Amino acid sequence: MALQTPADDVLLHADGLVKRYRRTRRSEPFTAVDGIGFAVRRGEAFGFLGPNGAGKSSTMRMIACVSPASAGTLRVLGHDPAADGALIRSRIGVVPQDDTLDAELTVRENILVYGRYFGLPRRAVRGKAAELLEFAQLTERADSPVENLSGGMRRRLTIARSLVNDPEILLLDEPTTGLDPQARHALWDKLFRLKRSGITLILTTHYMDEAEQLCDRLVVMDHGRIVATDTPAGLIGRHSTPEVLELRFHPGAQSVMAEKLADLAVRTEVLPERLLLYTADGRTTLTRVLARNADPLTSLVRRATLEDVFLTLTGRTLVD
Amino acid sequence: MNAPALREFSYRMIRYRRTWRGTAVVSIANPLMFLLALGGGLGTLVDRNGPAALGEVSYVSFLAPGLLAAATMQTAVLESTGPVYESVRGRGNYRAATATSVQPFHLYQGHLLFIAFRATTSALAFVTVMLAFGLSRSPGTALALVGAAALTGVAFAAPTVAWAVGVRRPSSLDSAFRFVVMPLYLLSGTFFSVDQLPAAVRPLAWATPLWHGVDLCRAISLGTGRPAMTIVHLCCLVALTVTGCAVGRTTYRRHLHP
Ligand SMILES: Nc1ncnc2c1ncn2[C@@H]1O[C@H](COP(=O)(O)OP(=O)(O)OP(=O)(O)O)[C@@H](O)[C@H]1O
Ligand SMILES: [Mg+2]
Repeated sequence: MALQTPADDVLLHADGLVKRYRRTRRSEPFTAVDGIGFAVRRGEAFGFLGPNGAGKSSTMRMIACVSPASAGTLRVLGHDPAADGALIRSRIGVVPQDDTLDAELTVRENILVYGRYFGLPRRAVRGKAAELLEFAQLTERADSPVENLSGGMRRRLTIARSLVNDPEILLLDEPTTGLDPQARHALWDKLFRLKRSGITLILTTHYMDEAEQLCDRLVVMDHGRIVATDTPAGLIGRHSTPEVLELRFHPGAQSVMAEKLADLAVRTEVLPERLLLYTADGRTTLTRVLARNADPLTSLVRRATLEDVFLTLTGRTLVD
Repeated sequence: MNAPALREFSYRMIRYRRTWRGTAVVSIANPLMFLLALGGGLGTLVDRNGPAALGEVSYVSFLAPGLLAAATMQTAVLESTGPVYESVRGRGNYRAATATSVQPFHLYQGHLLFIAFRATTSALAFVTVMLAFGLSRSPGTALALVGAAALTGVAFAAPTVAWAVGVRRPSSLDSAFRFVVMPLYLLSGTFFSVDQLPAAVRPLAWATPLWHGVDLCRAISLGTGRPAMTIVHLCCLVALTVTGCAVGRTTYRRHLHP
């Protein structure tokens, strides 16, 4: 990959990065991240896309300097996490996959306590908290206990909290998982604003639309390895046809039909409840399908998405 | 103790502001009830039948310092198990804090400092009750008692916290309480002199860390301390604390930066 920017503009660099976990003292170590490499420049929004267990969170934890790498090199803001973990952590923000808010404390107290952990002066944290509550639209709820917040509000608070130390890099592990569509869009909006303000975003997601919306570049991960790296459009261009024709037949008939129609598409993919035909022009292909009296129950022509890229690369769907 | 550790301590204090009243009531009521029931009720019987066994002091004077050490240990262990477990597996305050610039060992130190604070204040409450019962000879003795009891609590908290950070199931915490804390509580000379145990079992009692705390408090309270023995007690309790800290340094790093 060509990085034509000065080396000091690369905020994050990994090479041959490995994470192994030992589940019990005696068991064989399990390899969660299996030799991955990537580089992220200042101001980019970079995504890790992959199914459950792909190793996204493990990678994020290594970048966040809360989990030592088992092998390989990692540089965050030019520093080595093994030597300068605390220093790196003081300059990054983390939104973990699990909620780590203190439900008994109030919204404001959660930010105050977190800021104090960074060693920020009390007065500075107070001012910052007010500003962040405004950003997260939680000013009205500032003094209510976190227990009483909705999932979306908690997520906004976690993001607000992660900004208390003015981070240069923000790590977001599945920022919108579990939120309803409206809350997701509201959160994306916040993340856009952060990106525009110059913060480098590193995020993981299961969601194709999220990756397409937010990421300048992304890697697709599967079984601890990177199977592709590119821009969202580049990935689709390289690993899929522009359009997809989705057909539904009677249960059980999908694979028979796949054989019959294979020659009409660049590639076919049989899913339990759908047949996907990858083609440059979905409408024309549909006309040909109908001309063969194939009679699908339903049909749909759509643009290819990262979901299709993932399916092509791994033979599996992303969300199980 | 350094600044990052104090951040964890101050977080604990913010939480404690919400619950301190309850713990204050318990810290006073507990010794009050024990001293009334065991000292007053049971003590009358004991004193009538054999004051010689206790070295010619009333049972309640004998019991109170032992109970002080045991109760402080209990408070310290309670604070070292559930809340530590919760910080890792439940509420996850540790997991939030590890993402900041503090190191795992700072969290250990800060949390232990808070437990030391809790042990000291509950010992203070206990000794206040003792004073009210006329069971402490002088303010100086009372202060020394608070110090000795708090040290006993910390000596137990240091290794317990180091262990609890890696506990996966809450039932392990209950087991620790049932199979370690309760036997110690009952058999370390809290309620009777270990000299009355069968000779074969006696060394066992001496080997339990709580006995050192109990005997130290009792010696201070009754004025029967011998310097050599006092030094042995202090060394044992400090050694336990230092060992706990050394283990905690490793376990906190291993479990919080997996
Ligand atoms: N602390 C740990 N100890 C042992 N195994 C672990 C640990 N953390 C993660 N794993 C294992 O490593 C693998 C990768 O996990 P990871 O959490 O990185 O995946 P992920 O891509 O974030 O998945 P998800 O989308 O479900 O969050 C999984 O098989 C998981 O069980
Ligand atoms: Mg994950």
